[in-house]
Formats: sequence, structure tokens, C-alpha cells
Amino acid sequence: MDLRHLTAQPSDAERAAVDRLLTAEGLGNGDDTPGRTAVGGRTAADRRDLLLPAFHALNDAIGWISEGGLGYVCERLSVPPAEAYGVAGFYDQFTFEERIEVVRVCDDIVCGPFADQLIAGLDGIEVERSPCLGRCEQAPVAFVHQPGFRRTEVAPATPQAVLEHEATSTTTHIGVIGDSVLLARVGQVDPESLESYRAAGGYQALQRAIDEGADAVLDRIEAARLRGRGGASFPAAAKWGAVAGAGGDKIVVCNADESEPGTFKDRVLMEEDPFAVLEGMTLAAFVTGAERGFLYVRGEYPLAERRMVGAIEEARAAGLLGDDVAGGGFSFDVEVRRGAGAYICGEETSLFNSVEGLRGEPRAKPPFPTQEGLFGLPTVVNNVETLVGAVAITMDQDGGTKLFALSGAVAEPGLYEAPLGVTVAALIEAAGGSTGDIQAVLVGGAAGKFLRGDDLDKTLDHGSEPPLGSGAVVVFNTDTDMEQIVDRIARFFRDESCGKCVPCRVGTIRQVEALERLADGSDEGETLDDLAAVLRDASICGLGQLAAEAVQSALDLDLIGGERG
Amino acid sequence: MYAVDPRQTSSTAWADHWLGIDVGSDIALANTIAREIIAQGLHDESFIEHATSGFDEYQESVEPWTLEEGERVTGVPAAAIQDLAHAYGKAETAQLLWTLGITEHYTAADNVFSLINLALLTGHVGRYGSGLVPLRGQNNVQGGGDMGALPNKLPGGQDVTDDKHRGKFEAEWGVKLNPKPGWHLAQMFDAMERGDLHSLYIIGENPVQSEADGARARRVLESLDHLVVQEIHMTATAELADVVLPAAVGWVESEGTVTSSERRVQRVRKAVDPPGEARDDIDILVAMANRLGQSWPDTTANEAWDELRSLSPWHGGMSYERLEALGGLQWPCPDEDHPGSLFLHGRLWEEPRGGPPAPFTPVEWKPPIDELSDEFPIRLTTGRHLDGFNTGVQSSRFRAPRRKGATVDLSPQDGESLGLEAGDLARVTSRRGSVLAPVAIEPGLREGLAFMTVHYPDEVDVNVLTLDEWDPKSGTAEFKATAVRIERES
Repeated sequence: MDLRHLTAQPSDAERAAVDRLLTAEGLGNGDDTPGRTAVGGRTAADRRDLLLPAFHALNDAIGWISEGGLGYVCERLSVPPAEAYGVAGFYDQFTFEERIEVVRVCDDIVCGPFADQLIAGLDGIEVERSPCLGRCEQAPVAFVHQPGFRRTEVAPATPQAVLEHEATSTTTHIGVIGDSVLLARVGQVDPESLESYRAAGGYQALQRAIDEGADAVLDRIEAARLRGRGGASFPAAAKWGAVAGAGGDKIVVCNADESEPGTFKDRVLMEEDPFAVLEGMTLAAFVTGAERGFLYVRGEYPLAERRMVGAIEEARAAGLLGDDVAGGGFSFDVEVRRGAGAYICGEETSLFNSVEGLRGEPRAKPPFPTQEGLFGLPTVVNNVETLVGAVAITMDQDGGTKLFALSGAVAEPGLYEAPLGVTVAALIEAAGGSTGDIQAVLVGGAAGKFLRGDDLDKTLDHGSEPPLGSGAVVVFNTDTDMEQIVDRIARFFRDESCGKCVPCRVGTIRQVEALERLADGSDEGETLDDLAAVLRDASICGLGQLAAEAVQSALDLDLIGGERG
Repeated sequence: MYAVDPRQTSSTAWADHWLGIDVGSDIALANTIAREIIAQGLHDESFIEHATSGFDEYQESVEPWTLEEGERVTGVPAAAIQDLAHAYGKAETAQLLWTLGITEHYTAADNVFSLINLALLTGHVGRYGSGLVPLRGQNNVQGGGDMGALPNKLPGGQDVTDDKHRGKFEAEWGVKLNPKPGWHLAQMFDAMERGDLHSLYIIGENPVQSEADGARARRVLESLDHLVVQEIHMTATAELADVVLPAAVGWVESEGTVTSSERRVQRVRKAVDPPGEARDDIDILVAMANRLGQSWPDTTANEAWDELRSLSPWHGGMSYERLEALGGLQWPCPDEDHPGSLFLHGRLWEEPRGGPPAPFTPVEWKPPIDELSDEFPIRLTTGRHLDGFNTGVQSSRFRAPRRKGATVDLSPQDGESLGLEAGDLARVTSRRGSVLAPVAIEPGLREGLAFMTVHYPDEVDVNVLTLDEWDPKSGTAEFKATAVRIERES
């Protein structure tokens, strides 16, 4: 593709896909009066944030990004082709090679043991190996993309289910230790019905907030010490308070780009209780004075996306979004943006860049999002679970429970709610105990740390050791080859490094290589320690800073590489 | 930025809004915009009162142009016209820029008047950031006119019929000058056809291929007693000449100045010697004068320029030194202390107003002469490609990555209904002639609108089709609106 001179024309299908999107966004190409009017220029260039949705429109329609399609998007949005190419090429789900249909098979830490057999059974169709698809409790998982038709999550995936594009029919197992707060409505309400949500107490928190005022809500959130559930544990009230105090336009972002291997809690909340997520965003908007909201959902979650889009439309129709929300005298609306296969976009500033139509690379902090976030505006960015927690706290419910995604060698993999401070052993017990003897447990996903099977009385809380992270708990029994698991984690970071900063771009590759030599019996302890130090100290975002955590803990616990001396 | 263009071009993609007007309905659009601006009270009443005349007649003339009528005639949705009218009416500053789409019509001057009226209506003229800007297709179209290459003007916009102006030149040059305006190009062709003009000296023009109704142009030039062509290449016109004078290229082979659309005079410098026997234009003219019995000295570009400065008040203060130091100057710049003029017509805002009021000029819309009919159902308009320049004398000699050559561009709908696909050979026939051209399908065209460029006359001589009916006020031919029939050539 010669990017200076895109001469290929878009096909009718590509043109129609892009036109449909842009017309809905007010950048019509004279669809009502063909050949008579069009919107472009700076007006279009100001909507650079439609670049990623436009690529999705092409990808959904024909399955790949052709030169003609790319050129047409560039023309309509006034984006230089080379820049647009750089953006499309950033994401795993887009390709510049012609293809019709693709099946992604998860070969990550939970699904990995099943992947080879599944792929062997899919002989003759195009298969890509994928990092965690976020449905670990129903492993193995596959994702089928059929252009012009639909995107389907298949789990548990058998060759036959994949070939027949059989959508997941089972629901996620739910378990609770103590009071059910965050999961109270999951499985109890119809996720496609606002009425059902209201009948279960939905939108009472927003009404209470409107009645009592923003300060009262903020006080409750602060008193409940609600902390971010995406992994960083940052106090939510501090973010909300900072943005509430800022002037001018502001934004609320819900980070639903749940991509941490072994994590699926946000997916379940969006699929089963989407209005609660939306109410949480609306609450944040009410407290901070933001009028625009963005929900950034990972591209591997089509059902969650559909449920959220449906909830938004229904809420809008019911006056719970738009002008004068719920009669409370404030305006707020939410746009859904779909990721396209990039773990880094779960990092908040990468997410901003992704929404803005740039490559999803992290920004230097400061400025922090509460100062200059999405579109340069003061921005609250919260994880899905955090927002649902805020709704509960507003209704004086216990803000001290946490969701844990249990998968791997347990009797009942699923999503569990438990009080913060619960032990790993208690969670495994709640999941029906382990299948086989436990060799190790990975807490917090790929960015987390291992525990040995005989050391499971560790509690999980904000600031605990091992860190709580996203709340993923993956159990490995003694049948598991831990070298393979650690190698997969290292390859995950290598693959997902965005390449912006050198320590991460180079360090994650060197870590994989050192682990390969380690597996061959070489003494790589010092090299791996050095790499870990550089990654931790010199990477600009959490991805690189945490890329050696699991590897280091596996070495420290002698799960790999023999006894550490 | 609003772009008004029959075609959706790569330029319109840079505009915030594109209005796809029907060819030749420019006055209808302008009058509709005017009526809407007045109806919404967006016109600048105090400016109109202070600086203009004839508003009442103008208002009356645009009264029939409701948005609905505008939509009917231009094809542009009423809402889009209204949007443009409001944006222009409410803008703090706004400019109207145009080029051949406005002027290559038999109503050329009226088209321009319709735009001037809009600027007067809203006060978007004579102020920083506002104005009327006829964009030039070349770097020195403005300079050519300023230097007196117009049939009724001496250098510096001075009128040949004005005794005082003419007298100044007569005194400086020591000769009597003809007080009658000369012929413009279209009049010259008529005169040649009548036999009133039988010898011609052409400098840097290729009328065999650039004139509307090209067959007639060739016939007329071939019938001359004597033709001299001074050119940088052996053009189709030069091929007809009795004498060809090879000339240096204005860019890089010559010293001098050029003047841009904003009246900015800038220096150009010689970097290389012209090839072969080619000589500088000034050298050729001096030698020509001396062969005709004069005794002109060898003259440098700077000397010729200084003479111009002594005769043209616009340019008096523009020494080469100042042009160099300031990166160019905008006329009027009467003396060396003058900073040049950022914009014209500032006098309209002065208190009290400088000079006479600027008149509104009511203009009536008239449809293109070449009517569409069952026999000739498609509107052909001609124009330029990014990498082409006029008849290709200069631009067809280098390779360009996006050049697609001579084609007749059709809308996807017409391609389908005519059974023509890209690359097929089509016969394009107008009331005057017929040419063959390969088809290109252009999504930027709508049904009933076809497009051809003028860049490849050796492959497809577009001007065999066009109409040489010219605007009595400007002398410009109707290049932009031709009725044609398009058929598959088997």
C-alpha cells in the first residue's frame, strides 16, 4: 500500500458501512440528497474520534481494512492515510490482508492447555491464537468473526461449536461469601429491561443523589473508601472530587476494556446488570458535572457491548440520559466505543488516545486524567465494578465487597463476591475446592503474582501482598507445566507492549528470550532480575512496570528454574 | 469553509460543507443566499447605508429567490442554502473565493457581480479577514493584467482612453498612443474570421488547444497572413506559426517579478541559463523593436521594472530592494515609505467614506445557452486536475503518480444506464463536434453530469465540444456548460 497515493476505490459495501456510521454521527454525505451535499474538512477532522469506529464498520462489513476502505475513511474524516494506517495497524483485530472469516482461539493461561487440540480440530479455516478472551470460567474459549453478519463468543469451544458458530449458551456461575452487593441483581433481573432493573431498586441511587445533592454522594463515597477496582486501587472520591472542582467541560469514562488474563468480572456485570453500570456513570456525571460519557468496551465482548448499547438506548428513551436527566436538571449522555484487541488500551491514557482516534499508546503523567484526560478535558475514568460499587454505596450498602474471577483448577469456576480481606483459600473453597492438588495460584492476572499451593492463607485487599489487582484468581494444579504458564505470561507482555518506551519494548522481548534459555538449563537469574528492575523502574506505564511481576514471583517461589539461590 | 461545486472533488473533501450546485446556476444561488440574509435581518444595514448604493433595487431583484426557488434552480437542498446563508451572514469575517467555475460562463461578469453583491450586503469587504478573492490559476495572472496586458489598460490599471493617463506614457516614451481600446481575445478571433486581423504575434499562449470550439480556432489561425509565436515549447499553435521565437521560461530562467491574487508583487530570480537558442522575453522584445527601426538599449529586468514604477502609482514604492527585504509588497504602494496595502476597498469603511459608494448590481439568472435536450441529455463541464495545467504544454512533460490521462468522467448511475464501464471507449458528441475518450467512473459526479479536463488536447480535444459563445462584458467563453450525448464506441 503506497500511503501517499491511495488510488484504490472503496467497494459499495465499504462505502455504505462508513457512510452509515458517519451519517448517524451527523457527518452525512448527502444521503438524503445524493450528489448534492456533504460534510468534511475541519468539521470532519474534528471527529477524529470516529476513526476507530469507522475501522470497526469496515471490519464488521468485510472483515479487513482494504486500501480502498482505508482511503475512503481518510477522505471522509480528513485524516492523512499514513496516520490512519498507523492507527488501524495498532490493533490485533484489524488486518490489511484480505480475509473472509476468522476464528480466534484463546491460548492464554487458562485456555492454553485446550488450544492445540481445538485448533487441530479446526483444520482448513483461518485461525488466530489469541490472548485471554475473558470467559475463562467457561474455557476453552473461541471468538468467531463473520464479516457482514456477527461476532460470536463460543464457550466452551469444541470444534463443532466453533464451526457452527454456536454462541455461548451457558451463564457464568455466581457465588457469594457473605452479603451480595455487587452481584445482587445478576441473574435476578432481565438485563434487557429497564423496568426489571427499576423493580430491583435500580435508579434509586441516582434519585437519592438528585435529592440530596452531589456533595452528599461524594461524602458517602469517601466515607466508604471506595477504591478503583481495575487494579490500581486509587480512591474514587479523590478522582470525582478533583473533576467536580474543575471548570468547563468534563467527561466520565467507564473503562470496560477488561483484558487482564483471567479476569471476567466486568463482562458479567455488563452482560447481566448493564443498567447498574450506566447508573454508576450517571452518578459520576451528576457529582462531577460532566455532560459526556464514554464507555470503552473491549472488542472481544460483543454480548456485553450489545447489552450496554441496549441499556443506553432504553435509558435515553426513558429520560435517564440526555437533557435534564431524571428531572434532575443536568445533562448527560453516553457513547460506546469498542476496542479492537489491545491490552494496553485498558491503561487509562492509552484508552483516551484510542478513543481520540490515535494509536493507543500511553501518555506521560502528569497531567493526570482529572486534569487533562479525554480530549484534553478533566476526566473521571472508573472501572465498571467501581461504578457499580458507587451505586451501592449511595444506597448505604456495604462498599467493602469485591468481585473475584476464579478459573482454572477449581470445581466451580465463576465469579465470586466476597468481603475484602478474604483469603485465597476461602475463595477456592467457595468454588468447590480445587481439582487436583494445587501447585500454584496466580492472583491479579498476568500483571499479578503467584502464590504456592501451600501458602493460600494470604488475604486479598487493597494494598495486600500479593496485590489484589483486578481480582483474577487462577488456580493451577500439579498437572500444570508452570514453565509453559510463565512463558505464556512473558509472551503476553511481549505481544501487548505498545512499543512507545524502550524499557518495555525491548525488555519484554528479552524476558521471553531469557526464559527460553532458562528452560534449556541456563542460569538466567541475574538477567531476569536486571530486566525486571529496568521494566519496573523505567517503563512509562503499568504494562511495562508490571511485566516482570509474575515471572519474578514464579522464580522466587521456585515454580520455575529450580531452586533459587 | 463551504465549497460550492457541481462535482464532489478532492478539494470539496477539505470543506466543512459541500453544496453540489447545478452547472450555471451560480447567480440563482447567490440571489437566494441574499434573499435569505435579508429575510433574516443578517445584512449589515449601517454598512449598506454608509458605503453602497442601489440596495432597494437589489433587494427587489432578489425577492423572487425564495429558498424553494433556489433549490429548484440550483438543485441544492434549501436547508443547505439556508445554512450557508446564515453562516456567511453571521460570520465575523468571511471571504468569497472563486475561480473559473464562476468566470468560464457566458454570464461571467454577472456571476462575479452576484458575489460582489453578497459582500456588500454583509460588509464582508474592505476589512481585515474579509474580502472578494478571485483565485488565479497561475502565479502571475494578476501581474499580467497589472502590467497592461489588457486591451483597454495601460500598466498600473490606467485607462488608455483617459488623456491624462495616456499622456503620461506618451511623454515618457516619446510616441503617440492609440486612444482606442484594443480587442480582447474573443474579439480578435472574430476579427480574424472576418479578415480584419491578418497578422498575429502570440506570446506564451496555445489558443489552438485552449480556445472553446477548437476546430474554429485552428481554422482561423491557419487563415492568417502571418503568425509569430514566442514560446517555451513547440506547441500546437507554434506548429502553425511562420516564425517561432524560442523563449526562456519565466520561472528559474528569468529575472523579474510576479503578482499573486492578493496583489502581492514578489521577485523571481534566474537560476539557470535557458537552453539552446532560447532568449529572455525582454531581450526578444528589445531585439524585435530594434529590427523594426527603433534603437532601444539592452535592458535588464530591474531597469524595465524601474520604468514601470515611474509610470504606475500602484508600484511606485516597490524597489527590488524593498521587495527583497519585505518578501513582497501589496499594491497600491505609491512611494518608498508606503508599507503596501493589505486589502483594497478600505475606503468604504472610512468616516467619511472615501470616494463614491460601491453600487449593488442586480443580476438576473439565465440558464446555460447550450440547453439539455433528448438528443444532448448530459451536462458536460470541463476543468482541471491537480497535476495538470491548462493544455498541458508545461504539465504533460513530467510524470505524475496520480495522473489518469484524458477521460470522460461519468457518474456511476450514468455509467450503468449507458452500459459503460471504466476503460470503455465512449463517443462524446455536442452540437458542435464529437470526440472519443476512455470512460472513468467518478462517484463524485451525480447522474446527468459528466466531466472532462483540458489537459490532453493531443489525445482528446475537449474544446471541439465546447461553445465559444462569450460573455459580452468579460470576453470569456462558456467552457463550463456543454450539452452532450455519450455513447459506447464500438
